[in-house]
Formats: sequence, structure tokens, C-alpha cells
Amino acid sequence: MDELTRMTAAGIAAAVAAGDVSAVEVTRAHLDRIAAVDPGVHAFLHVAADGAVRAARAVDERRAAGQPLGPLAGVPVALKDVFTTTDMPTTCGSRILAGWQPPYDATVTSRLRRAGLIILGKTNMDEFAMGSSTENSAFGPSRNPWDLRRVPGGSSGGSAAAVAAFEAPLGVGTDTGGSIRQPGAVCGIVGVKPTYGGSSRYGVVAFASSLDTPGPLARTVLDAALLHEVMSGHDPRDSTSVDAPVPPVVAAARQADVAGLRVGVVTELGGEGYQPGVIARFAEAVELLESLGAKISEVSCPHFSYALPAYYLIAPSECSSNLARFDAMRYGLRVGDDGTRSAEEVMSLTRAAGFGAEVKRRIMLGTYALSSGYYDAYYGKAQQVRTLITRDFDAAFEQVDVLVSPATPTTAFLIGERADDPMAMYLADLCTIPSDLAGNAALSVPCGLAPEDGLPVGLQVMAPVLADDRLYRVAAAVEAALDQRRGHPLLDEAAELGEGAAR
Amino acid sequence: MTTAAALVPYDEAVARYEPVIGLETHVELGTATKMFCGCPAGFGAAPNAAVCPVCLGLPGSLPVANRAAIEYTIRIGLALNCSIASWCRFARKNYFYPDMPKDFQISQYDEPLCTDGWLDITVDGAAFRIGIERVHLEEDTGKSLHVGGATGRIHGADYSLVDYNRAGIPLVEVVTKPVPGTGALAPVVARGYVTELREVLRALGVSDVRMEEGSLRCDVNTSLSPAGSGVWGTRTETKNVNSLRSVERAVRSEIERQAAVLDAGGRVVQETRHFHEESGLTTPGRSKEEAQDYRYFPEPDLVPVAPSAEWVEQLRAALPELPAARRARLQAEWGLSDLDMTALGNAGALDLADATVAAGATPADARKWWLGELSRRANESGVELAALAVTPAQVARIAELASGALNDKLARQVLDGVLAGQGSPDEIVAARGLAVVSDDATLRTAVDAAIAASPEVAARIQAGKTAAAGALVGAVMKATRGQADAARVRELILERLSQP
Repeated sequence: MDELTRMTAAGIAAAVAAGDVSAVEVTRAHLDRIAAVDPGVHAFLHVAADGAVRAARAVDERRAAGQPLGPLAGVPVALKDVFTTTDMPTTCGSRILAGWQPPYDATVTSRLRRAGLIILGKTNMDEFAMGSSTENSAFGPSRNPWDLRRVPGGSSGGSAAAVAAFEAPLGVGTDTGGSIRQPGAVCGIVGVKPTYGGSSRYGVVAFASSLDTPGPLARTVLDAALLHEVMSGHDPRDSTSVDAPVPPVVAAARQADVAGLRVGVVTELGGEGYQPGVIARFAEAVELLESLGAKISEVSCPHFSYALPAYYLIAPSECSSNLARFDAMRYGLRVGDDGTRSAEEVMSLTRAAGFGAEVKRRIMLGTYALSSGYYDAYYGKAQQVRTLITRDFDAAFEQVDVLVSPATPTTAFLIGERADDPMAMYLADLCTIPSDLAGNAALSVPCGLAPEDGLPVGLQVMAPVLADDRLYRVAAAVEAALDQRRGHPLLDEAAELGEGAAR
Repeated sequence: MTTAAALVPYDEAVARYEPVIGLETHVELGTATKMFCGCPAGFGAAPNAAVCPVCLGLPGSLPVANRAAIEYTIRIGLALNCSIASWCRFARKNYFYPDMPKDFQISQYDEPLCTDGWLDITVDGAAFRIGIERVHLEEDTGKSLHVGGATGRIHGADYSLVDYNRAGIPLVEVVTKPVPGTGALAPVVARGYVTELREVLRALGVSDVRMEEGSLRCDVNTSLSPAGSGVWGTRTETKNVNSLRSVERAVRSEIERQAAVLDAGGRVVQETRHFHEESGLTTPGRSKEEAQDYRYFPEPDLVPVAPSAEWVEQLRAALPELPAARRARLQAEWGLSDLDMTALGNAGALDLADATVAAGATPADARKWWLGELSRRANESGVELAALAVTPAQVARIAELASGALNDKLARQVLDGVLAGQGSPDEIVAARGLAVVSDDATLRTAVDAAIAASPEVAARIQAGKTAAAGALVGAVMKATRGQADAARVRELILERLSQP
């Protein structure tokens, strides 16, 4: 493997800025890596080789001309296929949008471009971000670089797999119920869900508007912070965007200090139903934090037990409305338009053929939950639960600075293992959903491998709204201590893909 | 397809049944940009030219509320004596239709911006207070054109075209409370309400309120209850009511139709009906009893609207004089009768008359010219008074000339010139050499010439038949090319022939 692809984003940016390596060389190294391993990993739905090299050349030219470069200029990035891009298709992993090329860039897309990041392509995802394994992609699942028989998590599984497989140093995902943190955890990388509204949703094809949050995936905490800073900030095109400065996440990642920090262990997240190796690694991480000077206490958040059912009413309700626009009238797939059928029939045929089973299940769930006579019992009640969960967080953050839990109940499961059992699949997001419902910041950082299967375990850190920097302080401290103890980064323990990756 | 609707004669219908009406009026706001994006909100762009990812509802796009539209809506609410919500949300109204880019409409549901107001109107000398249930803000849909088929509706059409320029234009809906107790006046009360509402909106400057262009659209709800029963009947909602006259006719027609249904022991079906301009009748549309479930829920892409009390009070203080107050003030200032004021209002001449008075005309002259000669010209050309090519200042000058240097006939010639674009009244007077000949010496010469030319007429006048003087007056007027004061000419003729 080319050593350029083993570098951190921070390292690449520094090397490009210093002229030690050109952005074009970096980009070509990653494109070569994609060509070598992606047939097996299937992280990408679309690779934009020419566009990436052009963008890299532009960075090199700016450097040559002595123009200032951003902190991540010349660094390749893998973009989830839910962000609109004018020069690449945007499919959301759905047949209904196959081949659709948007006429506008998402705010995150344009911020990446402006900052000189090199978009390598669009990554695979569960259809419309609904799922925890990428198995719901209409274009086939992605595979976990630690074990290609296993899922990389989801819905941002493509971006997570690309980063873990060294196809890109950085990935961008969206988190609605855990779609960044869960794939981050099971792929052994860092995944961050910023505070809701901290990063713009403009140009993010909506799943659940009140939950969707774009965020970074990276192999190191500092890299995640650098990307967090570039992609975030107020956007007047998104009414729900927070009009406040981006929290000082990069400084916090460099600080990597938890001395005196009050850390609460959420009693409701852990125990029965969790994989023993996950529990063991989590407990070690808590001990580690204590040894680094954090003050540990147990905190109860009694309503977290209701988070999963509340989420599976709110998210499907919003999705049933958000996905109505895929009606074959203006863009995307059109089925049955043979001149004899009405517009309504064409809409029905197109939606029947264009959406996958999970998307249909959630549209139906949401349609039911919003319907007259059921609204109060389902959507209305779920919103009340959401308020209670937010209050649990508020009360907890009066006692502690951050909360911690396992990021997922289990390590990566086998492809196909849960595909026919939606409830088992939904449980993958058990720990991550509360922060989506409350809108606060949360991340997952690797905390070792589960002894029983040798697969990565994630530590979830949760912080109050707009206190995203605290996440990075904790995660960077854990990362530094574990890397030191181990003597190398966790991903060095993953099997080399190389030849074996080609299926 | 439609069964011939039996109708009960109107007078009989309202003798047996008590109508209850209600009106839902949609008003396209005249903001510069659309409700949730920066596209221009005006008319006239080529189809699908005034669109962007947001108003096309493209995947990933997000709405951002137009502050001006919220301000306009609050001003409408204040003018209609409503309470203004201190916190409210937009809601999604979900239904599938090709002209709805997102297949949901951003509207307001149980949290409208303005609630519980009223509008006072006067109809045939009787005062009515129309309760306002709510005023809310939403986005307009695209415009469908169904090509082929008999009905112009989507069913049966060969194909349909959709213009999304209208999609996302801010739309305010003003909903009245049910209006009982109008009896036989129900149709004119309905019309009077829409007329007054239109005046209010025009005075606020929030919309161009053109019913023909659809910037003001009206749905009329009508129900009947047996007189004295106190039990309200089932209502129908009549759409496609595109003029003030149609508002009145639609209510009248529904009263006649529903009375026939009830007389026959039938049941009025709660449904949407379509009004037909040509026949003046309504036909059934979709039944409300199988109504769609719109699955309203709060719009998660928008933050709540929370107008501060200070802002609302600023807007209240800055409201213009409203039409009713203005009419009362002008009537007091001008000393005109109720009848004159109503006539000015109905002719759409109040603003014009006001401007004419402001330019120096007497209120009586302003009334006379705008309701008389100018109304006649407007009718002949089939245009609104305001569209005539004459300014209130020019009308004031013509009126001034008519009360001095010119007689009415000459003044009308000056008006002709102005309307033909030949210049200002004074330029036309100068160019045509128009002026009343008021020099008696000149007139006496002409009188003498006329008498000399018609000695037999002169003899009859001298014999006491003064009516015969008309012939001589005519001759003098002809000789002076009409520029004489006919009354003075007559006096001079009689004076000359009475002399020994």
C-alpha cells in the first residue's frame, strides 16, 4: 500500500502545504487504492477520478501561486451519496434516483470544495439513509474492511468503510439515528454527530428533517475535528442551522485533556443484550478516563428506554412526507408512462418499483402515525417522549460535563444476519438515538477490539448542545492513551486488504 | 353528465330557508420574492423560468421563510382586527398532485398567524359585522394546464403542462366565521364582504388583488337551515368564483339549488362544487365526505414564527387609513350623500375623486366628471376608470375650465384631446383656439346677421313665440363655431327683438 494513503488528513495537508507532495500525487494514490480494494469493499457508488485530479491540480496551482491554502487543502474526502453534487450523480442508494445529477451543490459540498478538499466520489449508503448496514442500498452492500463478510454499519457505511480501508483519509456522513457513529464504531474509526443545526442540511436529501445531521468520519480525532470545522457553521439557506460560532473542536482535539472533567456513565445504556466484549472494552475505557483524571459517576436517564420506539415514529413520519416528492413528475425514475395511464398511476407504479422494502416500510409506518385519529397517539406521543429525553439530558448535564456509553450494543454483524429482522437491525442504533432526538453532540471513538471476534468497539461520548468541543477533548485523550498503550493505531491491526479484497 | 339541477325561485327559497354563508379568500401577496426562496414572485416570466431548487422542491433543498410575507400577513391580520400569535408554526399539508413540487404544501394548520377578528361592511344601508376566523400564510402551488378532454380538468385530459413559476408565491388565506342572519341579502353580503376585503388589501398595498388574474381567489361556503329551526344545514364549498359578480351569483345559485334538494326531502351533500360563469350554476366536484387525510404535522424544516410584541405594535402604528375610515372622512369633508359615496366606491372612483379634489376641483365637480363623462368613456372602451389616459390633475383642470372659460361641450372636446394623447388641457385649448366668445359686441354682430338672414323667424319671435329663438341661437352658434355661451346668445336675441 502506498504510504500516502496511510497518512492522516492533517499530515497530508501539512505535506501539501510544505510542497513535500502534490495534491495530485495524493489524489492519484487514493484513486489507485480505490481501484485496488473497492471491488471488494464497495464503499463507492461513483468515483470521480477526473474531477478529483482537476480539483487537486487547482490546489497545487494555488500553492504554486502563493495563494493561501485551507487547513485541509489537497486532502481527499469520500462524500456520502446523500449530498447533492453538480458534477456527480446523487442517488441516495435508491433506484428511484439512479443517475440523477442535481443542478446545485449542497452547502457541505461547496464548503469542502472551497476549502480545497478533493472529493473522490460518492459513497454507498442504506437507501435514503434508512438502515444500519448498507444492505438497504439498491446497489448492493458495502463490506467491513475488518472482515469482508461483515457489514460496515450504516447508513453512512460507504464513507466509514472507505476511511477504514484507506481509500480516503476523510469521509462525510449524515447521522439521523446513529448513521455516522454506528458505522464509525464497527469500522474502528472516529464518527461525529455535531450538534443538530451545527452543520447545514441544505442539499442533504432529507430522511428525517428534525434529526438529520451531517458530520465527519476520520481515522483520528484531530482529523475529524479539522473536517468538522471546515464543514460546519451557520448557513442562511437552512432555517434550522445554528447561528453561532463553530465550537473550538480543533483546539479541543489538540488539548486531549480530561483532568477534572466530570464524566457520567449512562446506566440505561449497557448490560443485558450487549455483547460481552463490547461491555468489557467500554468498562476499560471508563477506567482509562478515570486514570487520566476524569471524575466518573453513574447517571440515570430513565426515558432513554423509550428512545427507540419514539424514534421509529418520528423519523418515519417525517420521511413519509419528505419522500413524497419522488413522484416521477420532474426527475428520477418514471415507470409505466405509456400514454394510457394517469399521472396518479405512474406515481404509484414508479414508487412501487423505485423504493426498496425498508423505505416502503417506513413510509407506511409514518403515513399511519400521522393519519387523522392516530396522530395524537403516535406522532404526538413520540414528540412528548422526545421532550422527556431532552430533559433527561438537561438534568444529566447539570451533574456531569459529558456522558459516555458503548456506541453500539454489538460489533459488526454478518451481511444477511439481520436483513430479515427489522427489529434486530433497529437495535444497532439503541445507544445513538437519544442524542439524535435531543439534538445534542455525540461521537464514537474506537476503544479496542472485542476479544470474542476481534472486531472494533466504539466508545460513545455525548455532550450538551453546542459543546461539541468536549467530545473531542475526551476522544483525543482516549485515543492518545490507547495508541500509546498499544504502540500503534488500532487500524494497524486490521487485515491488509490487498489481493484478498478483490472478490 | 351533470343532472339538470332543479332550482327553487330565489324569493321562495329565502322565505323558507335561512342561508348561512362563509368565505375563504386566497390572496397572492405582492412581495418581491417567493415565500421560501429568492425567486421573483411577479407575473410574466416564461413558463418555468422563475424557479430554483427550492421552489421546485428538488431533493435536498430547504425553505427559508420570507420576512416580508410574514409582515404583510400580520398587517392584514391587524387591519381585520385579529389577534396576532406570539408563536406559531408552519405545517405540512400532505397530498399528491403534479403541480405540487414537494407533494406537500407548506401551510399553517392549528397555529395560524392571525385569529379571531372582524370586518364591518354596509350593504343596502344595512351594517354587518363579518367575523374573521383566521388569517394564515402558505405557499401557492404550480399552475396546471390540462390539454384535451372536455372539462379542462386532469381527468380525461390528453396531457397536462405544469408551470412552476407560481409555486411558492406567498398566499394568504382569510377565512370568515359562519355568517348567519343575512336572510335574503346573503348573496350581496358575500359580495360586499369580498369587495370590502379587497379594498382593505389594496389600501394595505399587500397584493394587486386582481380576481381575473387569480391574485385574489374566493371559495364560497353556503348552507341552508329551515327558517326558524336554528339548526344549521350541511354546507357546500363553491370554487372557481372569479369575480365579485360571480360571488353573488354563486351564493344565489346555491341557495336556489339547496332549497330544491331540501324541498324534495333530500340531503345536501357536503362537497366541493364548481361555479360556471356562463350558466351561473354550480356542478359537483369532489365529495368532502371521502376527503383526503392531509396528515398535517409541524414543518420540521422551518423554525417557529415568533413576532415580538414590539414589532406587531410598530406594524399596527404604521397601518394606513383603512377604507371605511377614509370613506367616512371624505364624505364628511366633501358633504356628499351616502348614495354618491356608494356610487364612487362601486365605480372604483374614490381614489381618483380624492386625487382630483386634491388637485383643486370641487368635490361636486370631481363626482360629476368621474361618475358622468369619464365613466361613460370607460364603459365604451371596456376599461377601468383608472386605466383612462387622463390624470386626476387634468380632470381638475378641465372641470375648472368648464366652470369658466369653456362650456360643457367644449370641455368634453378638451377631454377628447387629452384622451387622444394630444397634450394637457391647456395645450389643447390653445392649439384648437377653444374659448367661449363672451364679448357681447362680437355676439351682437352675429345676432344681427342671423336676424337679417331670417326675418320671418324674427317676426314670429316678435309676435311672442319666443321658443322660435332656438333657430337663431343655432345660427349664431354655427357662426361662432360653437364657442359662444348659448344662454347669453339667447338673451341677446330676445333683447334685440324686444327693442322697438
